[in-house]
Amino acid sequence: MELLGLYYYWVFAVLLMIGFYAVIAKPNLIKKLIGLSIFQAAVFLLYITMGKVEGGTAPIFQDGVTVYSNPLPQVLILTAIVVGISTTALGLGIVVRIKEEYGSIEEHDIQKRDRR
Amino acid sequence: MSNLAHHLPALQVIVPMLTAPLVMLLKPSGLARAAATAASLLAFAIAVTMTIGVLDGSTFTYQMGSWPAPYGIELGVDRFSALLLLIVTGASTFALLAGRRSVDADIDESRQPLFYAAWLLALAGLSGIPVAADAFNIFVFMEISSLASYVIIAGGADRRALPAVFKYLIMGTIGATFYLIGIGLIYLMTGTLNLADMELRIHEVADQKPILVAAGFITIGLALKAALFPLHVWLPNAYTYAPNTVTVFLAACSTKVSLYLLLRFDFFVFQGNLAGHDIQFAYFLMPLAVLAILIASGVALFEQNIKRLLAYSSIAQIGYILLGASFVTVAGLTASTVHLFNHALAKGALFLAVSCLATQCLGLRLNDLGGVAKRMPWTAGALVLAGLSLIGIPGTAGFISKWYLITAALEQGSLGIALVAVLVIGSLMAAVYIWRIVESIYFAEPNADLSAVREAPRMMLAVTWLAALANLYFGLAPEVPMTLAASAAETLLEHLP
Repeated sequence: MELLGLYYYWVFAVLLMIGFYAVIAKPNLIKKLIGLSIFQAAVFLLYITMGKVEGGTAPIFQDGVTVYSNPLPQVLILTAIVVGISTTALGLGIVVRIKEEYGSIEEHDIQKRDRR
Repeated sequence: MSNLAHHLPALQVIVPMLTAPLVMLLKPSGLARAAATAASLLAFAIAVTMTIGVLDGSTFTYQMGSWPAPYGIELGVDRFSALLLLIVTGASTFALLAGRRSVDADIDESRQPLFYAAWLLALAGLSGIPVAADAFNIFVFMEISSLASYVIIAGGADRRALPAVFKYLIMGTIGATFYLIGIGLIYLMTGTLNLADMELRIHEVADQKPILVAAGFITIGLALKAALFPLHVWLPNAYTYAPNTVTVFLAACSTKVSLYLLLRFDFFVFQGNLAGHDIQFAYFLMPLAVLAILIASGVALFEQNIKRLLAYSSIAQIGYILLGASFVTVAGLTASTVHLFNHALAKGALFLAVSCLATQCLGLRLNDLGGVAKRMPWTAGALVLAGLSLIGIPGTAGFISKWYLITAALEQGSLGIALVAVLVIGSLMAAVYIWRIVESIYFAEPNADLSAVREAPRMMLAVTWLAALANLYFGLAPEVPMTLAASAAETLLEHLP
């Protein structure tokens, strides 16, 4: 079953779409941010899985081991996780300010209040 | 080459990035502004020096920590990146020099050091993208610049900036994540992140499907960041409700950097390697570019708020830039790269004039500004001059790029005639919406509220006029941007079979 053999890519695709759906469909700003985090986490998983080499071990030099996994994707994703956290933190900060100014974090309410 | 000159590509990013935390600690806000302006000026000087360095055709390359590429991190500046660096650092410097009053009006004194720190981070990120030669570094710089721009856009007093910036944050992050997926797929197939190395190794990839998917993700992600129609919805509100000085800076350069990256990726990495990619690229972008020109200009015709009007005009201009690129010819790419530069000049000058108006007047709707030219003749003059450049009147910078665009379109045969019609209609619409501004500030019934209005502060006026006159200068003597653009176009097309 080649289709199931690539299940980790399916996990990536499904998570990506769950996150994307939440970002688009949820009117609540916090839920949107949760969706965005899931969306980003899916990409982290894509990177992590591609670093694994079949039969490979942790990339620490030792006797009798010739196959190592690729550490680079994990390093990259460490950076991307930091970026993701900053984005979420900033997003939440903006939501707090929106709540202070508008008294709501529902998209429709905010739009209504500005139209007046 | 002297020793310092060798380090210029790294210094371009390091100067603003390391000044940022310093600026945050400076207490009287005047000191913070002075330090930020000095850092920005220094960055501009570095960009000018590198531009002079690459004018003869040489390039700067820099190996971080002396680790050789492709294993080490490489920085590189060629003529295309030099052009972008000029735009980015120039926009930041002009905006900061002019922005004192405007920032004082928009942002609390106590929060100004933080504001300037975020500004410098945005500058570091935006100038990092053209300098970096490594796909992942570009992602990091992109996120640094985006996060910092969200902060400075939301920094003003207008509460409507908050939902606008939230939308920008969501869409910007989706764009950046798409880009990340794209380079992940390429890394999966080639095992490299260095752009030059990537270009070579994609040749060896047997199964091209993942690369094709990567090309799709990267193009869409960057188109989102560049506000290509119909992915532009974040732009009008973000530009309209941002503090005026921030609008000057970001409108002149932030979408340009994403466009640069889009062109660099699509042409440098993909065009030579994916069969038929040039045709897919053209057929995908050309209709969107045409729609951007027609629809965004059309919306601008009916806008009342002058900042929002100019924001829609920016979306139309992005259409012009991508239309030139979608021809996939030297003439087309030259036109679109020179338009990157000329549009930054015109829109920068226009938004500078708007920030002059904003410091003196109460509102920025066309009705609020009736007859303001009598009170602020110098500002109004600069606004008109920059507006003429935006329309593309001969003698201004805008004319040069429109002329090259039309020449490039005519090379396209019968399709070209239709595209020339689009270009002409777009320019006519620009003439109409600029005329609406001129009509209201010069000829409309003088607004009673404006009777006490005085001319803008001298420093702001001086910088605004400098920007406006630059439009005239580069319209009459376009050699430098033309040389850079023509050679950028040739580098981009080098890899095409």
